[in-house]
Amino acid sequence: MTAVEVRDLAVDLDRMPILHGVSCAAGSGGWLALIGPNGAGKTTLLRAVAGLLPHRGEVLLGGDGAGALSGRDRARLIAYVPQEPVLPPDMTVAEYVLLGRTPYVSYLGGPGRSDRAAAERAASRLGVSVFADRRLASLSGGERKRVVLARALAQDPRVLLLDEPTASLDIGHQQQVLDLVDELRRTGGLTVLSTLHDLTTAGQYADALVLLHQGRIEAAGPAASVLTEDRIARVYAAHVAVRTDPDGSTVVTPVRRPPDGG
Amino acid sequence: MNGTPRCPRGIVAYLVAAAFLVAAVLVSTLVGAADLNPLSTVAALADRIPFVHLPSGLGPVDRAVLFQIRLPRIVLGAMVGGLLAVAGAGYQGVFRNPLVDSGMLGASAGAGLGATIAIVYLSGLGPAAVPAAAFAGSLAGVAVAYLAGAVSGSGPATLLLAGVAVSMFLTAVQTYLLQRSASDLEQVYSWLLGSLSGATWSQALEILPYAAVSTAVVLLHGRWLDVLSVGDDEARTLGVRPERVRLIVIAACALAAASAVAVSGLIGFVGIVVPHIVRRLAGISYRLVLPLSLLAGAGFLVLADTLARTVLSPAELPIGVVTALVGSPAFVWILRSTRSVRT
Repeated sequence: MTAVEVRDLAVDLDRMPILHGVSCAAGSGGWLALIGPNGAGKTTLLRAVAGLLPHRGEVLLGGDGAGALSGRDRARLIAYVPQEPVLPPDMTVAEYVLLGRTPYVSYLGGPGRSDRAAAERAASRLGVSVFADRRLASLSGGERKRVVLARALAQDPRVLLLDEPTASLDIGHQQQVLDLVDELRRTGGLTVLSTLHDLTTAGQYADALVLLHQGRIEAAGPAASVLTEDRIARVYAAHVAVRTDPDGSTVVTPVRRPPDGG
Repeated sequence: MNGTPRCPRGIVAYLVAAAFLVAAVLVSTLVGAADLNPLSTVAALADRIPFVHLPSGLGPVDRAVLFQIRLPRIVLGAMVGGLLAVAGAGYQGVFRNPLVDSGMLGASAGAGLGATIAIVYLSGLGPAAVPAAAFAGSLAGVAVAYLAGAVSGSGPATLLLAGVAVSMFLTAVQTYLLQRSASDLEQVYSWLLGSLSGATWSQALEILPYAAVSTAVVLLHGRWLDVLSVGDDEARTLGVRPERVRLIVIAACALAAASAVAVSGLIGFVGIVVPHIVRRLAGISYRLVLPLSLLAGAGFLVLADTLARTVLSPAELPIGVVTALVGSPAFVWILRSTRSVRT
């Protein structure tokens, strides 16, 4: 079953067309990675699915149009983690993760016992319970990512939207975060829709890639079919070598041209 | 994970704030031009508690001083201080900025213009015209600022800039009116500096409904202000409509500040200093900051008013001068400490 699908999605920002009729879908428990050069429209697509941008075309969640959903109902289905989340410096980790329960709390009430339990479950799954009382300002980059993921998980969403989840992380923490996300979708049935700028990593973790270029889909499918040297050269204006590892993963390596006159 | 790490800290903070308010009220009751016997005064106060009967031994003059002069002034001061502090804290949540005060969104300038018009042009209507005009002017100032912000774009920064622009405009009009009518200068000026010297029980009763409704609405939105602290986009993906929360909280804060201004004139700094001190004691969650600001603001203004009426006794200092004397150095301290937090 498709968990999230966009049909013919078009978005204008400041009267500039950013996305022109994009269609793609991710099956339940799948991981769809949006790749493409800077300015291709990856983040815009993610924000439109999150309900943050006016758009033409349709966003379908579990087969139903998302446009008819109230903000609260949508927030129970989709959690969105922006590239640079706002982390109020003096808020504690526990308070922050509990914010993920907002779509379940009545307007004049407070979070109840079940909300606290859900927030605690999310925090312990991401290993942030041990520093629940620390202020957000005191966390390292890797800890921040996990705390934000815990807040998103506390929403009990069906779909997780991640904008560059590995930005500004070192290679070890990149793998740690991506492995966590992979585990969440495998064990929790979450569907993941993320932008990823590292093509090799995108191919290793996502089960399908969508390559965006100038607001249109250039190619879509498994990594081996999307990531070709010619296509990357054309879309990114980059020189790369693409090879397939013995384990079947597609590896994209930048190739430096010899300096002029050398 | 311990999901309720703030609770013990919250209870301690409530106890501290409540004790501060009680102490401020007691000090203010006992200090003043007429010397009241402390024990008799406490007995006379306790005598008013239902089912408690204590002979106080206070004479009729002392009783009148206590119940008709000092107590209404203390109660009104506590209400005004609580309202100003809770409105300031509410605005700080709406604008995600600890330096915003209830006056910045056109409320003070509107009230000043309203009071000036009443004093200069409506003096025939009697003394009741000034508070009514200040109340209306304060609300109108915020409404104009909100509309100006809403047509200029969305987001808290635009709204705040619109508030500053509207405030400057209204202040310019007020200055012009005042300059044309120099004979009213003293009266307008003394209103602008704020005073509780004419406090009566009926004033407290008059603003009670507005105070109760606005405070209740602001307090009920503490959790939504916490959600807004992660920014509009993320708040929206959590199912919150930031514009709606902002509109409701701004309206309630405007009503709270307008009721305070109507009976006390312009009293600055309470709305900035009190919530900031509360944050240092109890953390940044608005679910705690708002109610604690209410209590601490009440205590703060009662103490400030006690100073205002005793330091130069029998003359009185304008209470706005007292809060500014305390508030300005505190403001500098806030600037220093927020910078040290961010680096």
